[in-house]
Amino acid sequence: METIRLDYPAQHTIPRRAHVGVVGSGDLEVLLEPSQDNQAHVLVNTSVDGFGVAWKNVLDRFFARFQCAVSIEINDFGATPGTVMLRLEQAAEAARA
Amino acid sequence: MNTDRAPAAPRDYSRFLERRSFIEMRARERARAVLDPGSFCELLGPFDRIKSPWLPLQGIIAQADDGVVLARGTLDGKPALVAAIESAFQGGSTGEVSGAKIAGALELACRDCEQGRPVLPVLLLETGGVRLQEANLGLAAIAEIHAAIVALRRHVPVVGVVAGMVGCFGGMSLAAALCSRLVVTRQARIGMNGPEVIEQEAGIAELDATDRALIWSLIGGEQRWAAGLADDLEDDDAETIAAAVRGAFASGTPPALPRTVLIERYRERLAAIDPRQPLDGKTLRILWNESP
Repeated sequence: METIRLDYPAQHTIPRRAHVGVVGSGDLEVLLEPSQDNQAHVLVNTSVDGFGVAWKNVLDRFFARFQCAVSIEINDFGATPGTVMLRLEQAAEAARA
Repeated sequence: MNTDRAPAAPRDYSRFLERRSFIEMRARERARAVLDPGSFCELLGPFDRIKSPWLPLQGIIAQADDGVVLARGTLDGKPALVAAIESAFQGGSTGEVSGAKIAGALELACRDCEQGRPVLPVLLLETGGVRLQEANLGLAAIAEIHAAIVALRRHVPVVGVVAGMVGCFGGMSLAAALCSRLVVTRQARIGMNGPEVIEQEAGIAELDATDRALIWSLIGGEQRWAAGLADDLEDDDAETIAAAVRGAFASGTPPALPRTVLIERYRERLAAIDPRQPLDGKTLRILWNESP
């Protein structure tokens, strides 16, 4: 089990919070809510150790486009990077809908 | 070419195609699907972060709602409470927190009923039973759920649904049995011990856990219904299951004699079974003869 924290600059705000996914095999849960300090913060709790670089790559790519001031908590149960990106986009879509 | 079978009416095809699988829904979607549209209001949701303190200590990632979705809402306009178990998180297992969420909600519903404000309780059960990592704390929570169902069913029917594909096992299968009315699908399974546990403990000669047809013939939803241990057998369709839940409440006051107080009836039935003779699902149906 490993905890990873990452921060990103932000330019926009989101109107509401969103929750998607489940801590099930090969899946993850994303809790996304507006942050108060005009920055983005990510907390990753993952069951698989040693993939910090892969997490940073996925989140760098997500925030290159998303650029919203949010606090994201991820509870991961061995999701692949593709699944992580889909869940992040699903949460972003739900928060903006 | 099969020419002797009459073609099904086009209407039947369209009904089949319009089905929305209840089994494939996650717990939150299931709770929404059962309640009146737009009435779903979650209690202790994921952002409240009431989660298991025990799983991270054992290197397991916790889920923000501990795998139980509690929702207030309405059924045909009447106040209702739904507790839905998420089977994808730790097999829907009941831990200290997830169990306390269900027990606490049922106890509050009971208090409302006692004060003349009836609440219709629905349990969407999809669980392997107690969460082994939380051992006695989970078992204590399950006992509290049992006590709460027994207290509540004096006021209103407590309606349980076991849809599958996990089914309902262990102490939570007793919770299913305590419900005033139990709705199942053919895909459901209900039993104290799961097939893998029986094979592991009693040997493959006792039960082959890979034999799906055998397992469903013994503990499957249709078999449980035919043996009188479940009340409604429904197709895997969200609308059908939501209608069955409403129907269970529409039948009015709770049954005066729930199955779980008919101790003599079941004692006599068990005494009539000769353990030296092999007993299969079909024979049990004939012996108990409850198929409507």
